[in-house]
Amino acid sequence: MWKFLLPAAAFVALAVLFAFGLNPKRDIHALPSPLIGKPAPEFTLTDVLDASRMVSNSTMKGQVYVLNVWATWCVPCREEHESLVAISQTHLVPIIGLDWKDNRERSQLWLQQLGNPYQAVAFDGDGRAAIDWGVYGAPETYLVGKDGKVLYKFISPMTQQIWDQEFVPRITAAQRGGA
Amino acid sequence: MKAACVLLLLMGSAVALAGNAVDVHGQLEDPALQSRFERIAKELRCLVCQNESIADSNADLAVDLRRQVREMLQAGKTDDDIFNYMTDRYGDFVRFAPPWGPKTYLIWGAPFIALLIGVIIVFRVVRQRSLMPLDE
Repeated sequence: MWKFLLPAAAFVALAVLFAFGLNPKRDIHALPSPLIGKPAPEFTLTDVLDASRMVSNSTMKGQVYVLNVWATWCVPCREEHESLVAISQTHLVPIIGLDWKDNRERSQLWLQQLGNPYQAVAFDGDGRAAIDWGVYGAPETYLVGKDGKVLYKFISPMTQQIWDQEFVPRITAAQRGGA
Repeated sequence: MKAACVLLLLMGSAVALAGNAVDVHGQLEDPALQSRFERIAKELRCLVCQNESIADSNADLAVDLRRQVREMLQAGKTDDDIFNYMTDRYGDFVRFAPPWGPKTYLIWGAPFIALLIGVIIVFRVVRQRSLMPLDE
């Protein structure tokens, strides 16, 4: 009896392990954010477009907003930019940009040439705000609720499909509800 | 011959790369702080490269995190303060030694489970053999 059951049990255990571990849909580099459900870290940084103006996410309290971390040196950010511009035109939710360890002139040129989907873009030249948000690879997109808590984090280029599937339902729920 | 030379060169550069990442910010003045810095930096994972510590990596993020560790040491923070600061932001994965908790019981327990299974097998084999009639 054992001679049969033991190998069978081992087989099932390995099959489950591999089904999870080798699932091609699972991004092994995507890490769960410990920030979900916690208050969004606050930053006050200069505006990318105008260094004499400040951008702070503390002014966003009471409304649902999206924070998108990007940089001109980041190739996938270039890839997602078109989707972001299209998404911003629906005016569902304000998108705040966090320009991560970048060059101000190049960023301005980028926004001029490719369009600006952001309500405002904070310039995080030395990457300190990004550390507070646990950013490790641009592009990263966060959803923050009315109460200022982080609701969701998406790592990878934004697409219309991801937006419709992952963001829109969460946004409408958050805008309707208290959070 | 040429291939062997290239191979040797590559091996040499791999050895050179294995050292600590060059630091643009320089050493800490207090040698005690510097040794704590080196130990902490080896304990923290570089999240871009994932299998290197921030002490070994030259990725931009690793440089930034080293700066953060250095500044926190200079500000008199304890090792635990620094590790907590990092796990609050990046999760347990940022540490090479995951903390003891419900999610990690299996990781820490696995060697002991393997040992236990081994002991059981050895025990059974020995008992079976001891029950066998001795060859004359």
